[in-house]
Amino acid sequence: MFDDTKSATKLVEVNNLKMHFPIHTGLFRRHTGDVKAVDGVSFDIFEGETLGLVGESGCGKSTCGRAVLRLYDITDGSIVVDGDSIGDVAQKDLRGKRPTMQMVFQDPQASLNPRMTVQAIIQEPLDEHTSLSKEEKREKVLALMDQVGLNRKFSGRYPHAFSGGQRQRIGIARALALNPKFIVCDEPIAALDVSIQAQVVNLLEDLQKEFGLTYLFISHDLSMVRHIATRVAVMYLGKIVELAPREELYAEPLHPYTKALLSAVPEPDPELHDKMERTILTGDVPSPSNPPKGCNFCTRCPAVMDICKQIDPEYREVLPGRFVACHHYNDVTTSAEQTAASEASDRQSLSNTNTKNQPGESS
Amino acid sequence: MPDGALTVLDVQGLKTVFKIRGGEVHAVNDVSFDLKSGELLGVVGESGSGKSVTMMSLLGLLPSPPADVRGGTVTFDGQDLLKVDAETLRTTRGGKIGFVFQDPMTSLNPVYNVGMQIMEPLRKHMGMTKKQAAVRAKELLELVGIPDADQRLKDYPHQFSGGMRQRVMIAIALACDPKVLIADEPTTALDVTIQAQILELMKDLQERLGMAVIWITHDLGVVAGIADRVVVMYGGQIVEQAPTRELFKNPQHPYTRALLKTVPRVSGGREERLEIIEGQPPILGASPTACPFRDRCDVALDRCAHENPSRYDVGNNHDAACFYDARTGEPRDV
Repeated sequence: MFDDTKSATKLVEVNNLKMHFPIHTGLFRRHTGDVKAVDGVSFDIFEGETLGLVGESGCGKSTCGRAVLRLYDITDGSIVVDGDSIGDVAQKDLRGKRPTMQMVFQDPQASLNPRMTVQAIIQEPLDEHTSLSKEEKREKVLALMDQVGLNRKFSGRYPHAFSGGQRQRIGIARALALNPKFIVCDEPIAALDVSIQAQVVNLLEDLQKEFGLTYLFISHDLSMVRHIATRVAVMYLGKIVELAPREELYAEPLHPYTKALLSAVPEPDPELHDKMERTILTGDVPSPSNPPKGCNFCTRCPAVMDICKQIDPEYREVLPGRFVACHHYNDVTTSAEQTAASEASDRQSLSNTNTKNQPGESS
Repeated sequence: MPDGALTVLDVQGLKTVFKIRGGEVHAVNDVSFDLKSGELLGVVGESGSGKSVTMMSLLGLLPSPPADVRGGTVTFDGQDLLKVDAETLRTTRGGKIGFVFQDPMTSLNPVYNVGMQIMEPLRKHMGMTKKQAAVRAKELLELVGIPDADQRLKDYPHQFSGGMRQRVMIAIALACDPKVLIADEPTTALDVTIQAQILELMKDLQERLGMAVIWITHDLGVVAGIADRVVVMYGGQIVEQAPTRELFKNPQHPYTRALLKTVPRVSGGREERLEIIEGQPPILGASPTACPFRDRCDVALDRCAHENPSRYDVGNNHDAACFYDARTGEPRDV
């Protein structure tokens, strides 16, 4: 579906990925419903690029990242990583594939074993997947520590002796140990202070250049994703609502949710801040176990139409490389019409926010 | 903020030390600031910079030991809050000074419905009867924008979403018409779209109720949008203080300038590489005899290693604690 002219090869192809968690209730623990954490998500990641995956908490972005690495047994859909389909492979048969795909977790405090030294933590993947000698492993660990900017002298220390930023570097070194091609970074900077965030992001960028890594960068921080990502996917309630190259997405967002999300980011400049037009969404995200009928965003959308409450919009390519799931772009084929539609929805969103309509009331 | 407004809270030379095994942590060092009536003061800093501890110490909320408020004065309502007896402090807290904490889940009691929790300060501080308090509680929930207030009063905290819980916390803090509201990272645990809702609500409430607000945050973007004046904290000290526009246009302290550069933005030009502040925040093991930022500073002078700069006035109600003068690019002649 992505027949772009780009010469880059697809490293990861995800098609209609679904991850539902069953809800069991009552005395007999009967299966009474599903939390549809990820509900039909499709995207590709090209070799050497960074795909940013943004969304609010509970939208399913972390679940999506974990499902792509098959840390879960997925409900439906297909995943291809580096030429191999891994969607329906049994966990034990995946072991051979694991070295190519690794993960950096959000909380470096929780993802490092407090009873293992840094040496042991970074060495563990080597123990599991390689047959290097003890001396070779030790050399490799020290080389990795150099690469992520940790002092070699600290290899015998335990995680508690390190600061948050340094701990995240240990996690990154561990992910790099097996020379992976693809790394899922699940909110790697969310737990860090502003001045340390930039250090870790720069490190990730340097490593990407050096080893030709491909990242899926999951974050709720839209400004940091703008910095690091090549293309950005926006998730809402288990679905991707928009996927576009970075510049286009931030300069001219198409989906009403992306617009609202971008306008909600506080601008660290008081002059700009006063000039900005803000779309303040009313209400909260609906429960993923009971999503609304039609478009998932229809309960909060400032530009909601009648059709949105009936039919779930199709996720399709409306412009080369730009994917949107919104009825406002249903009939758009040319870019001129697309602009017109975008303006129309802008006008509508403006009038809706002015009157402070409760979402759900038809406008 | 009206010009020449009265000072409602005046903090001078506040110093808080934590005793730990084998030493002390000097979390707040000689912090002085004032708060004018009707003003929204933003306090910015990274974790460990002492911003929360400052606010907790001035309300006597820190357990002692390990905390020890060693010095300073906190003038509120003609009294020094560090010297008054426990009873006066109790009526001030929650009555004249409201507090909103960061995490709305852990600061609400899960086994009482929110109605009880909003009514508690009303009955304790205002001496209302149960009936009066219930009426006022409903008004408060409506004030903070919770629909269907009558029904929601009977709900428990777990039945509210994060943003709604924070609205309940704000309702509790506002219950007794406080003169000062201290909000400690009230939107940090929330999503951006919900954060935008709370910021909007807060600005609206402040204008309507005319109270003074201290807003603690680590997010410069939040401060830019909401604060009248900003205090920047680093290593347990105030390193810079200025009106919001002045601070963003004309940052003086090297830390503030670095911090403004290191934050990426969603609009405007995009930098190919992020500016970083090298190194780690300081460990506050001893009473400071040097500038806490010197190891990470790009304009550090020799004297920074053995003298701690005081806050120098640079005009426009703006001061910065640095021996280097960013306006002239020369060391300060002091």
